Amino acid sequence: MRIPNSGQQKEAFVKTVRSFTRSLPILLGVLMLLSLAFTLVPEGLYGEIFTGNRIIDPLIGAAVGSIAGGNPVTSYIIGGELRLQGVSMVAITAFIVAWVTVGIIQLPAEALMLGRRFALARNVISFITAVIIAVITVLTLGWR
Amino acid sequence: MFLFLVVAVYAIVGIIEFDLIRNALPVLGKLILRIFPILMLVFGIMFLTNLLFEAKGIIRNLGKGSGLRGWLLAISGGIVSAGPIYMWYPLLADLRETGMKNSLIAAFLYNRATKIPLVPMMVYYFGWPFTITLSLYMVLFSIVNGHVVGRFMRGGKP
Repeated sequence: MRIPNSGQQKEAFVKTVRSFTRSLPILLGVLMLLSLAFTLVPEGLYGEIFTGNRIIDPLIGAAVGSIAGGNPVTSYIIGGELRLQGVSMVAITAFIVAWVTVGIIQLPAEALMLGRRFALARNVISFITAVIIAVITVLTLGWR
Repeated sequence: MFLFLVVAVYAIVGIIEFDLIRNALPVLGKLILRIFPILMLVFGIMFLTNLLFEAKGIIRNLGKGSGLRGWLLAISGGIVSAGPIYMWYPLLADLRETGMKNSLIAAFLYNRATKIPLVPMMVYYFGWPFTITLSLYMVLFSIVNGHVVGRFMRGGKP
């Protein structure tokens, strides 16, 4: 690895600042949307969404997880409460996985920075794999 | 343009229901304070990447032909990376410009779901068998996810 001189350090710093200042307005927009979403949707609402149907609930879980955002710990806490309410583990697992792998609120920022085609492809495929992972995890553990 | 649209949404929501915006602003403040250290970390990593690694090195390790090493770097990088996912978009965009493959970017983002510091919380709520099984499947499917995204971005070509 080469040792950079002061000119190269300055060049790297300027390049980094340029990339960052391009991204900051987008990141601020995402934070603002997330804040609005957290304020609009109380956590207690999640449990009322599930129907009890073992085929539809995983899709609902993945869909709600895709829209939700924030610290993954929140999804574990909500998932724990949903389990006590009798929601299936497939639905809860899909919810937890989609929470962290799919991001509808962040999608505009991802599209702007990584390309629309990439962002859409990644999120759609992640949604599908969230449901698949949920099913095979529960099957592997022999749970219902 | 995106930020302008979000500000417009805030303005419209504020006109309809001002209390909602008033409650959202402290949440926004707390979010900004919480992510600021991670933002600085990402800035630092971007600076070091720009400073120490030439495009050839990035392409060799994360670009076309990087092979198993690229996958291992993407998977481990995703697992150890901290903070919200959107904090990492600027770095990934930079790396992609220098040659990082789309499949590895997708794998990195997917593996961000596997968070070692949060394992105790998951174990507390769902137990060890669930935590280990889910974590293993997520790492495996990050490779599937990466391959499928990479192939899609190449228009279906291998």
